[in-house]
Amino acid sequence: MEPTSHKFTQNARRAIGDDRLQAALANFTTTFPKKRLDVISRLPEFDDLRDEGVAIKKHVHANLDFYLERFEARVIEQGGTVHWCRDAQEARETIFGLCRAAGAKTVTKSKSMIGEEIAINEHLEAGGIEAVETDLGEYIIQIRGESPSHILVPAIHLTGEDIADTFKEKHTQLPADRDLGEPDAILREARAVLREKFLAADVGLSGANMLIAETGSVVVVTNEGNADLVMNLPKTHIVLASIEKVMPTLEDAATILRLLARSATGQDITAYTTFATGPARRGETDGPQDFHVVLLDNGRTEMLAGEFKDMLRCIRCGACLNHCPVYASVGGHAYGWVYSGPMGKVLTPNILGAHKAADLPNASTFCGKCEEICPMRIPLPRMMRHWRERQFVSGKGAAAKGKSGLKLWAWLAKRPPLYRLAASAAAGFLRILGRGKGRIGRLPVAEGRTFQALYRENGSKEQ
Amino acid sequence: MSEQAPHVGFFVTCLVDLMRPSVGFAAIRLMEDAGCRVSVPDDQTCCGQPAYNTGDRADAVAIAKRVIERFEGFDYTVLPSGSCAGMICKHYPELFADDPDWQDRADALAAKTHELTSFLVDILWVREVPGDFRGKVTYHDSCSGLRELGVKAQPRALLEGVDGLELVEAEKSETCCGFGGSFCVKYPDISGAMVGDKADDIIATGADMVLAGDMGCLLNIAGRLSEKGAKTQVRHVAEVLAGFGDSAAIGRGGKD
Amino acid sequence: MSGAREDILAAIRRAEVAPDGDPAGRLANPQPNLVPARGQGLPAELLARFIAEAEAAKASIARLSGRNEIPAAAEAYLAANSQPFEIKAAPGLANVPWTKQSLLTVNFGRAEGSDHVGISEAFAGIAETGTLMVLSGPDNPASVNFLPDTHLLVLDASRIVGAYEDGWALLRREHGKTGFMPRMVNWITGPSRSADIELILLLGVHGPRRLHILLIDG
Repeated sequence: MEPTSHKFTQNARRAIGDDRLQAALANFTTTFPKKRLDVISRLPEFDDLRDEGVAIKKHVHANLDFYLERFEARVIEQGGTVHWCRDAQEARETIFGLCRAAGAKTVTKSKSMIGEEIAINEHLEAGGIEAVETDLGEYIIQIRGESPSHILVPAIHLTGEDIADTFKEKHTQLPADRDLGEPDAILREARAVLREKFLAADVGLSGANMLIAETGSVVVVTNEGNADLVMNLPKTHIVLASIEKVMPTLEDAATILRLLARSATGQDITAYTTFATGPARRGETDGPQDFHVVLLDNGRTEMLAGEFKDMLRCIRCGACLNHCPVYASVGGHAYGWVYSGPMGKVLTPNILGAHKAADLPNASTFCGKCEEICPMRIPLPRMMRHWRERQFVSGKGAAAKGKSGLKLWAWLAKRPPLYRLAASAAAGFLRILGRGKGRIGRLPVAEGRTFQALYRENGSKEQ
Repeated sequence: MSEQAPHVGFFVTCLVDLMRPSVGFAAIRLMEDAGCRVSVPDDQTCCGQPAYNTGDRADAVAIAKRVIERFEGFDYTVLPSGSCAGMICKHYPELFADDPDWQDRADALAAKTHELTSFLVDILWVREVPGDFRGKVTYHDSCSGLRELGVKAQPRALLEGVDGLELVEAEKSETCCGFGGSFCVKYPDISGAMVGDKADDIIATGADMVLAGDMGCLLNIAGRLSEKGAKTQVRHVAEVLAGFGDSAAIGRGGKD
Repeated sequence: MSGAREDILAAIRRAEVAPDGDPAGRLANPQPNLVPARGQGLPAELLARFIAEAEAAKASIARLSGRNEIPAAAEAYLAANSQPFEIKAAPGLANVPWTKQSLLTVNFGRAEGSDHVGISEAFAGIAETGTLMVLSGPDNPASVNFLPDTHLLVLDASRIVGAYEDGWALLRREHGKTGFMPRMVNWITGPSRSADIELILLLGVHGPRRLHILLIDG
């Protein structure tokens, strides 16, 4: 998927004019926050758990090399292999090589944002290997040739009717007159179609919500159970994870898991939380023979060293999307890449490069809702401000637009007498403008005199 | 006024100075009624937030230093804006991490700076106010006041003391109106969509008037409500609390 | 790509994040963090909470007084839900007296795509969220938990613990301090579900549409 983050304003305008999208957005940006509030009201320790989660992540960042090496050692002990990759290209080539070595024709995938990040599907397909998304939402957008509009509910921008139309168009092996009017019928069809893929796949490719250094385990959460089929049925299981996903112990994972689903979908926990450790054991009749973990940097070590370190605490719950008023207005596709909403505004420039996502960190009112609800207490507005500061200094990007006007204003703000003069002139000018017609005429009008002028004239009794 | 009367440096803020002077006079009346001595330094300008939020850290630092110098001598600094008060209370201390002297001065000013309604309620223990208003009112929680300063209960506690006023809560009173300073200039489509939702939410309450503690939000909301032809009046909370409710509401005065 | 490992580790060390804690000690002696109150309580409270939470997650529960009641309970459930009487059972359940139930056909082993009903056994129940902790192994193939449309899960009531951490403690106690992790530990909380279509909750996407817990008391 070619990123369109640089066209954010155009994307946003189109999204705002899309009535069906707006209806879908209204539905879920009210549903998810309500469910979250409901579920955390039943867990009085929620805020204390957030603090613990933050402390664990900070501890991990301070010892990231240690935990990664320990994780690697445990995976090798279990008979697995760890592959370290500096960037997307290395990870794509590594995974493609492993698939080819496994003689793979079909790869089933469970949802992995890192997989989206490195565009692994396109790469596999280009090499003649069929890559099938198995998360229902991911599958729907894959066969439509779209990118996810939300990290949890990738097809949230579509109606049941849209999906039924897509299935009729793509599943040509099925009778054209079948009834897909009910969501459950769509679900049954997806289950049947994907079941064949699950059973035929040579390689299963999953993401990871966490990696456990203590045991070399990979933690994957889903509601559908698709990841478990991906991890159980094919002969080869490849895990794709970025390096900051490593956690010390199973106990630490439990703390994060108490935060994850509650923040994400407003569930106490997802239906399935799976701890997968190495390939099939002696005597086991299912499970992979080969177990690989691809550890990806792709900008994380750079973030660790700088002012975006806190962003590495992100557990990809999507709460900042669900609660963001800008996201609620424009939806995920406007952000033009894998990560949307507030977390995308910080991550996308870090991974794609600042020049390819210049608008994203600027397109926020700094309302602070994201930081308020982030389970890992990531100061997202502050991270966006860091990007704006870089843009302002470099003179490139949306923060630098209007720089001369801002500079004039700042110059005045440092010179009170001139500022007062300018303010008085502006107040008079705005009053005249306010009498006009058209767009400016509809804006609230200034009263014509500044407070300072009236106060100096009349003292505090002016009304 | 006694010798012990707390001496307040009143920071008018740009938008009140420029767009709505009556808010400044209302704020002064409320503080003077509560026994404060209020001074209005005539060489005040802006808190520097527009620079800070645009990434212009150097100018934000320079402006912050001026504000600190000008206001640190008062017992309190009070602003009729959660956004500008949040700038001083939460963001000034972030600006001087490499400069211990200024850091101390920024911290000290932050500790005695307050948004108007929280100053009245939390510091001065004001419960009774001169204002009266017959009708239904809804309150928009501006983002910075709410999330940076915890301003939520204070304006409502004061509004309870206004004769005849009935407070009705909007479903999304805590959702951003889409103003965001330069945001509404740089992203007018998104800002417009957000304030459209906000206006609908306010209209749905059936309130006669919407109040808030920040002029930025109020101007934004007033513009959209009038575009929609809604009859809802828009005012700064200080005006109603001080009994300045007879003058024209925001966006209704100048079109003579 | 041998250089990538060293490059990444060197970049991490160059970042010079301020030291924090004792990582080796943390791994050598894993300790629980905060355990919420809902994960604590007396056995009777935990049993009641487990049942309530599992049912809230749309699992159903049958109370049995002994393992010999498993076949009859399974048959009753399948009949009530119009499901076939053919079961793929985890080999660990071979000691259940299946043959006394003439109507059920029971095969042992891993699940295939064609299996409609599977039965396996849970290692523990976790009260705080009504979660079943299921271990994979030759006796308890993980595929049985996921491929069939209906999943029956046997849980001994004495194995209900309060919190996730209690589940890990039990596992370490019974399976050794190192190498205790089976290939898969599955926490299962209710049946498979998705809200990907217009946020409408649908059950049985890829995993089971029905999760029925056979809870053995005493």
